[in-house]
Amino acid sequence: MTKVESLYKKRSDGRKFDELRPITAQVGVVPSADGSAMYQSGKTRAVAVVRGPRLLHPKHMENPQRGILRVTYQMMSFSVWDRIKPGNSRRGQEISKVSEWALNEVVNLDAFPNSVVDVIIQIPQADAGTRVAGLNAAAMALAQAGVPMSEMVCAVAVGKMDRTLVVDVDKEEEDFHEGEGPTDVPICMTSRSNKIALLQLDGKISVPELRELVKMAREGCKKINEIQIKALREPGKEIKG
Amino acid sequence: MSVPGLQKERIIEYLKQGKRFDGRKTEEFRNISVQTNISECAEGSCSVKIGKTEVYAGVKMSIIAPYADGPDEGTLSVTLELGAMADNDFDLGAPRIEAIEMARVIDRGVRESGIIDWEKLCIKSGEKVWQVNLDIYAINNDGNLFDAAALAALVALSNAKFPVYDIEANKIEHKLTDTKLPLVKENMSFNLTIHKVGDQFVLDPSLEEEEISDYRLSIALADNKGEPRITAMQKGKPGAISESDMEKILNLVESNFKELNKKVTKIVWG
Repeated sequence: MTKVESLYKKRSDGRKFDELRPITAQVGVVPSADGSAMYQSGKTRAVAVVRGPRLLHPKHMENPQRGILRVTYQMMSFSVWDRIKPGNSRRGQEISKVSEWALNEVVNLDAFPNSVVDVIIQIPQADAGTRVAGLNAAAMALAQAGVPMSEMVCAVAVGKMDRTLVVDVDKEEEDFHEGEGPTDVPICMTSRSNKIALLQLDGKISVPELRELVKMAREGCKKINEIQIKALREPGKEIKG
Repeated sequence: MSVPGLQKERIIEYLKQGKRFDGRKTEEFRNISVQTNISECAEGSCSVKIGKTEVYAGVKMSIIAPYADGPDEGTLSVTLELGAMADNDFDLGAPRIEAIEMARVIDRGVRESGIIDWEKLCIKSGEKVWQVNLDIYAINNDGNLFDAAALAALVALSNAKFPVYDIEANKIEHKLTDTKLPLVKENMSFNLTIHKVGDQFVLDPSLEEEEISDYRLSIALADNKGEPRITAMQKGKPGAISESDMEKILNLVESNFKELNKKVTKIVWG
């Protein structure tokens, strides 16, 4: 990374700019599910459950060619300071959809016509980066459930505070409003083919900066993938990284 | 879940001999474990597990105008989600009637017990009171979500602290005070759900027992000088309670109350 003048000089939790928050991952946290996993990055925690392949309701959604993937993402009411009204929200529905598209990139349900694989993601505690934590948990849950996948996905939110590029943005950073302010870029990547399966951005950023951020996200995702694999090898065990 | 007829017969046969599939006695609970503070953004929060059944509960405080019939009293709102996360049979989307019923039974159990000192939740008479928002989520269903959810409600309440409130700006800050919610320990009541399976009564039902039971009776119990005091009740499912069954249930309550109350008290207050 090249040195630039920036008002964001130091991360409040002491991390290096390209450092992920401490990670905890655990596979098999919801015994009644076909697959389940917890992924925690700093204070942000996601629990994901996979149910299926199973019969699809409503029936008109059925696809006779292949099974469908259905993702439901939700934040718990008490996961943030300002209580979220329980139930569906517009934000939740959008995140569910972009997460579904990301996971669809690696999931292959050709062998399960007319059925559905449900992925349910809950966020009990949030400190930014909940959709990427949810995707990391969901990928592990799908793998544990034995749903056919061509590769894993891993996700991280990279960003820019004033002109400083950072990996794994936390809430305090999302709220950094000096200089050019915050730019938040959640990215989900496929683990082998290195494709970008989810990409969102809000803020202001130059092309070279974005190019650099994507590179940084790729490095972060590699580390996340190592932890996912460790957790999958030892279901029930908390893996730290 | 659906239980095949043969399995149902076998469960009932076993229960007649006082045996259950998982080796427990009819009145025996599974292991209960609790983890508090699962969200640092909640005023109080916890996970409660009974066996493999798990629920999360959290308390968020907000400020509202009081109801006309209680200008000096705080209020309580309880929601409960039985979502697709917890069980293959739970749907995505709109709340199931089971969730609404469970939330309302828990609401009544907390409300009627008098565990919350409502007047201490008054900020300005007739204008501003605290509302306790208690939200419960089923994480894994392996039977007896009812008692697990009610217990999680108590644990979340007992751990809750007021947030910092700037009265001038009328704003709740994003941090907590050291002041706990005004709870009256002695008034605590806990929920005990009894299922009638065959001609036997079981506590802490498994999924299968819940499914095949004739009816359930949820009873909120408080301690009145060592004796049980009933603060809320709900008979669930279509079956009806005969005169002799009611007597058996009440005996069961009397004989199990002390030990259960001790256990719950320890879990909730430490």
